Amino acid sequence: MTDLLYWLQGPVPETEPPTAEMPPWGETKVVGKPVPRVDAYERVSGSAVYPLDFALPDMLHAAILRSPHAHARVKAIDTSAAEKMPGVRAILTAFSPGADVPWYRSRGRFYSKLFDERVRHEGDEVAAVAAETRAQAFDALKAIRVEYEEFAFVLDPRESLAPDAPLVHDGGNRYGEPARYERGDLAAGFAAADAVVEATYSTACEIHAPMEVHGSVAKWDGNRLTIWDSTQGVFVVQQMVAGALKLPLANVRVIGHYMGGGFGSKLEAGKYTVIAALLAKTTARPVKLFLTREEVFLNAGNRPANTMKVKIGAKKDGALTAIEFSSIGSGGAYPNGADTSFLATDLYTCPNVAAVDENVAINAGRARAMRAPGFPQGAWALEQAMDELALKLGMDPVALRLANVPKVSQRRGNLPYTSTGLAECLRDGAKAFGWETTRAAKKDDGPIRKGYGVAAGMWGYGGGPPARVVVKLFADGSVNVNAGAADIGTGTKTVMAQTVAEELGVPLEKIRIEHADTGTTQYSGPSGGSKTVPSDMPAARAAAVEVRTKLLAGAAEELKVPAAELKLEGADVVSTKDPAKKLAVTEVPALQRNQVIVGVGTRGPNVEGKVISMFAAHFAEVEVNVRTGEVSVTKLVAAQDSARVMNRLTFECQVQGGLVMGLGLGRTEERVLDRQTGKMVNANWHDYKIPTALDVPVAQEVLSAELVDTECNTAGAKGVGEPATIPTAAAIANAVRDAVGLRVHDSPITPPKLAALLAAAGKKG
Amino acid sequence: MKKTITLDVNGVAETAEVEVGQTLLRFLRDGLDLTGTKEGCNEGECGSCMVLLDGRPVNSCLVLAVEADGRSVTTVEGLSREGVLHPLQKAFLSQAAVQCGFCTPGMVVSAAALLRENPEPTEDDVKKALAGNLCRCTGYKQIVDAVRDAAAAMRAGAVAGGEAGKPAEREEVPA
Ligand code: FES
Ligand code: FES
Repeated sequence: MTDLLYWLQGPVPETEPPTAEMPPWGETKVVGKPVPRVDAYERVSGSAVYPLDFALPDMLHAAILRSPHAHARVKAIDTSAAEKMPGVRAILTAFSPGADVPWYRSRGRFYSKLFDERVRHEGDEVAAVAAETRAQAFDALKAIRVEYEEFAFVLDPRESLAPDAPLVHDGGNRYGEPARYERGDLAAGFAAADAVVEATYSTACEIHAPMEVHGSVAKWDGNRLTIWDSTQGVFVVQQMVAGALKLPLANVRVIGHYMGGGFGSKLEAGKYTVIAALLAKTTARPVKLFLTREEVFLNAGNRPANTMKVKIGAKKDGALTAIEFSSIGSGGAYPNGADTSFLATDLYTCPNVAAVDENVAINAGRARAMRAPGFPQGAWALEQAMDELALKLGMDPVALRLANVPKVSQRRGNLPYTSTGLAECLRDGAKAFGWETTRAAKKDDGPIRKGYGVAAGMWGYGGGPPARVVVKLFADGSVNVNAGAADIGTGTKTVMAQTVAEELGVPLEKIRIEHADTGTTQYSGPSGGSKTVPSDMPAARAAAVEVRTKLLAGAAEELKVPAAELKLEGADVVSTKDPAKKLAVTEVPALQRNQVIVGVGTRGPNVEGKVISMFAAHFAEVEVNVRTGEVSVTKLVAAQDSARVMNRLTFECQVQGGLVMGLGLGRTEERVLDRQTGKMVNANWHDYKIPTALDVPVAQEVLSAELVDTECNTAGAKGVGEPATIPTAAAIANAVRDAVGLRVHDSPITPPKLAALLAAAGKKG
Repeated sequence: MKKTITLDVNGVAETAEVEVGQTLLRFLRDGLDLTGTKEGCNEGECGSCMVLLDGRPVNSCLVLAVEADGRSVTTVEGLSREGVLHPLQKAFLSQAAVQCGFCTPGMVVSAAALLRENPEPTEDDVKKALAGNLCRCTGYKQIVDAVRDAAAAMRAGAVAGGEAGKPAEREEVPA
């Protein structure tokens, strides 16, 4: 399913399965241990060079002129004054040579150009300038005269299909036909139900807002282009840039070592990358082009707003009989995913299900995959509906969920999961949270009301090919690991070093990772979708195993014993039969002769006939001030099923981060578009609130079900980034309902919104 | 218009001619190549550009370079000495209080300012001190824990006269 999110077009690339036997790890020595990041020194000392820090001699700085209008046509551009401005070296518009580049491809069609004469949202690109300094570039933008013909615009997905709605694209505002899913007999399912609940929920549009803005540095050497990019996937950027500039892939080198967060918004090349390359070509100088923070808010992706209608029926004992789910969302002014129905069709056992996802165009910034795209929205609707159902049935919300834990993936051909920890997450989480005792002790007086909520979730993508990793053992016993994946902060490099150390017994300090460089490292998919661990670690393991096999074979020759009898112990190769027979790794003749032993590891396809998914249950405690509508989240417990935890420290950090991002969805984050002007009114961190340290609950606990999964892949680990943020907001909403007896259907739960509901219900204290 | 400024940056005397409109952030990053100080927004909202100006934490994107004339600036690079990390940096490292790391320099600098004033901060004190430092990755929990751990280590070090608490490490920053 979600494969499509991570591949630009065509089928998912493959890598051949490894030949080496890799039985599941038993007791591990390095994997799973809470070791600090291998690159932590660079990151805490300030010495890590991020793309935004990168500078080249003679480098120019570029800036982009963007449409101030939500919908307009560029009638004329006059750059003559700007060209004469101090420091200006090049100006690019739709009419510049080489700038006629099609952009935003979906379903075999391009929806726009690098600079389109029709601008479809505030922030659409109109022109660009390269100048000696950044200030000069921005000054020159102001001197470019553009004449616009303004059009009517549509901002709300729910209005986009109205007969009189302005057309964002010729041919209609639908991005393809609505996606429909059905199983069983919906009407019969509802007829058989003892209780039915039905309501409409909505989530506000969120902005990824990674700390490092998006951007690139581009430099040409003849017809070879090198790009330093803040990206989650160097090979995706290479592919898009090569396509746009009609260059062979081999001529485009993309480097992305450190990067300051992406959350899905850096899974593709930006127009900024191609613009930087074109300006560098025109001026024959390196060009640096990074967005401003405001531009990131306007035009570097978002989690689309969704409106979701849910109807659920169940028997008295809680067994679900029918789920009907419909969702409308918008990829924005250009196509991107906005579907949310997956959870409603797969999280719980239910024989009769119908779901429809509608994705429409609006005149606002285009969406990009944002941490578990579609899933936190789906959980917001489904898990609140489940909560209502529990109330109606008079059942405990945890018990209702436990009554419907699926054994198979109904959405995916009723195939069994390689492991499923949903029940464990619900049970362990409830226990750690004190679910039953705290709820029983709840008192309802005074202006501050406590409430408790639970929500569950899953992420349906368990990684897969392509993945290729090369491990080199050098003559002095140090090791170099070569992999194309970006480490976006999750700890990919660290976990990969641990994987290699596990097989080779080399201390982590002796392992160096080369990564995220299309010129020098192995092909890899972008780091997203919680797939880096389950995709790349099996390949790293295979590469290390190959090195070990070669090393032991070399030692066997020297020691005159069968290789099968040898094992690695610290820095030595030792016989398992006769401990006196041993040889230092560095003295293995084969290693000394060649000065290096190389292992190439790949990741084969996933197990056939099974489905890999991760599960989670989150519990929230809130305090609601019924006088002001303020919600303070006082406790969060996350129980995650990711199978093996590769590194407890990085795992926990990711889950904590996921919880807090979910807190943002539930409480504060909302892109606000002005209906009069079509402009975003909170395109900055002052008005668009992401959680701060002050919003974080004092009590926050992370549990891992740590199921043994020997089938998901040879690392036995399923990944964690996305499922850690899926149910959080819904759990908070359910806790608010528990506290005040009112449900807030629309995210975020802001004080004014809740205060108004409380006032209307006469509940204001 | 340009002006010549002289200032102390991480213990080194620097003299430079700067545009009067140039921010301290830009001067540090472009003029002195001290890119440890990050730019997250350039509008005073995120704290990733945090430095100590005469010992006080400031968003360097909101301070003009000329305002730092005759004063002393400490950046993240100035917290560690010859490759030896500040106790705060050590704690961030061992507590996994870092993901992408882009917010980290600003966090560490803000926390250093807090510990100068308050060697024994409560969880709430730490949260308040870091409220102006945004992080989109970690969820803050490990960061708050790391700051309190570092504070404890520094107190223990100060009592024992050990490395971590060496007054020198905090004295770098004049009051
Ligand atoms: S860059 Fe200075 S506060 Fe964000
Ligand atoms: S670690 Fe990425 S922003 Fe804080």
